[in-house]
Amino acid sequence: MNQCEEEAEIARQEQLTPEIFRLTLKAPQIASRALPGQFVMVRTSPCYDPLLRRPLSIHQTIGGEQIQLLYKVVGKGTRMLAALDPGQKLNLTGPLGHGFDFSGQRAICLVGGGMGIAPLYFLAREILRANNPPKCIVLLGGRTATELGPLPQDFKDIGVTETHLATDDGSLGHHGFVAELLPLHLDSDPNWTVCTCGPHPMMKAVVNQCRKHGWQCQVSLETMMACGISACLGCAIPRAELSGPYLHVCKDGPVFKAEEVAWL
Amino acid sequence: MNEADLRVTIGGLVFKNPVLTASGTFGYAKEFEPYVNLHHLGGVVVKGISLEPRRGNPPPRIVETAGGMLNAIGLENVGLDRFIAEKMGYLREIGTRVIVNILGDSLEEYQTLAQRLSEVEGISAIEVNISCPNVKKGGVAFGTDPAMAEAVTRAVCAHTTLPVIVKLSPNVTDITAVAKAVEAGGAQAVSLINTLLGMAIDVRSRRPKLANIVGGLSGPAIKPIALRMVWQVAQAVKIQVIGIGGITTTEDALEFLLAGATAIEVGTANFVNPRASQEIVEGLERYVTENKLSGISEVIGGIILP
Repeated sequence: MNQCEEEAEIARQEQLTPEIFRLTLKAPQIASRALPGQFVMVRTSPCYDPLLRRPLSIHQTIGGEQIQLLYKVVGKGTRMLAALDPGQKLNLTGPLGHGFDFSGQRAICLVGGGMGIAPLYFLAREILRANNPPKCIVLLGGRTATELGPLPQDFKDIGVTETHLATDDGSLGHHGFVAELLPLHLDSDPNWTVCTCGPHPMMKAVVNQCRKHGWQCQVSLETMMACGISACLGCAIPRAELSGPYLHVCKDGPVFKAEEVAWL
Repeated sequence: MNEADLRVTIGGLVFKNPVLTASGTFGYAKEFEPYVNLHHLGGVVVKGISLEPRRGNPPPRIVETAGGMLNAIGLENVGLDRFIAEKMGYLREIGTRVIVNILGDSLEEYQTLAQRLSEVEGISAIEVNISCPNVKKGGVAFGTDPAMAEAVTRAVCAHTTLPVIVKLSPNVTDITAVAKAVEAGGAQAVSLINTLLGMAIDVRSRRPKLANIVGGLSGPAIKPIALRMVWQVAQAVKIQVIGIGGITTTEDALEFLLAGATAIEVGTANFVNPRASQEIVEGLERYVTENKLSGISEVIGGIILP
């Protein structure tokens, strides 16, 4: 078991868009162990409100010393996160769960929607760092150009040569859903592996495209979660066959093969 | 510095300290190995076990509320056979007492569980869950009716040589009546409280936030209710009382001990701070030392009434 509790010092807090923030934390124990797709549980308040930790996927690790978290302010917990300044401490547990598996792949397409882009950046970077890296293209979707902010450029900066964008309002890239980009940019080669993270309907559309074209697909899922360490059993999701024991996102995931889980 | 004496005795068993972990919040202990020195704890109460594996309720199963959380896990567990085969090996080696929480839909199931577990090496006591509000069949009736609670207790006690702790539901008019019934049935101790039945609604979708509609409330929000009930029960029965309900800090634990609990169980706090149980042990050590007490037993029932 590789996970630990770490009192992480905030190195940097950046506001990327009106709602999206990027937090850089000094967390050497977690940073040196984390793999793309894994997450941390963040204790946003030292008190009881909010009570539970927040699961956040790791956006990237830096030099085995720091981790970055990308988050959107949606409620009390994330509002408290956004109010933190450099030098303050944040209690984390992690790295948790199973990440993406990109070993031995020849062609990988990353499809991210909204905050689901967060773990894919870490994944893209690790893919490109591999010896003899596979072909890697990135498809990103958001509601608006503003929501995507600097994220598309971040992928280009680490050497992703092919990035395509989609926005709901057409303010950037394709006017429509990011899943619609898949057949436009992937050839019919069944050796593609698609790794996706984002809102449930978006991932469902991606999974359907993959099924249709015979591409392998890995999905990173999000659920309500109290502990992150498979003690509470709160993060249950049904298996594809809709019977048998439930899967648990914190332990069996958060990354699953698309065919393992039910797409209701 | 002399080591603080935190020992307590429950059902004739000596525990190295009064800090246990509550069933359903600590997995099968292994989950907490990265965070807690398990042998520092007084004991662990493992996830409730039924005769057959249980799938549990459909999601969503949990929702956060002010100072607490609602859960409707639905008693998901691996079942007795797999528990013994896969979990006991590890539990025997953790260096502290292991209490197995059991649940059933019938008297026969409770009896079988008690009997089978008595034959397993490494189990110190049985905690009988008669109070979980999530199962539609037996659970609720056993816990809310004193006569049924007594019958289950009697059935379990007749089929085991291990000390029997009965975990009480707070979702009753008079918890002392159930506690007395359980005492009459032969239990060596009662533990309380289990979760309080509650619910939450999403106002946008107008749907309940839990698929099960209702669920059990736990966490700091329920502590004052739990403390009151522990205090009442401690006065009503002669058997030992184990306090549960929103215990998050050393001070919380001390309140329960002062109210008359011989031990406490840490529950939801384990999710928020996985080291909570161990920190409470350390806090109690400091409290005993700083106050120059002969031991933690001086605190138990030590409330000074007006």
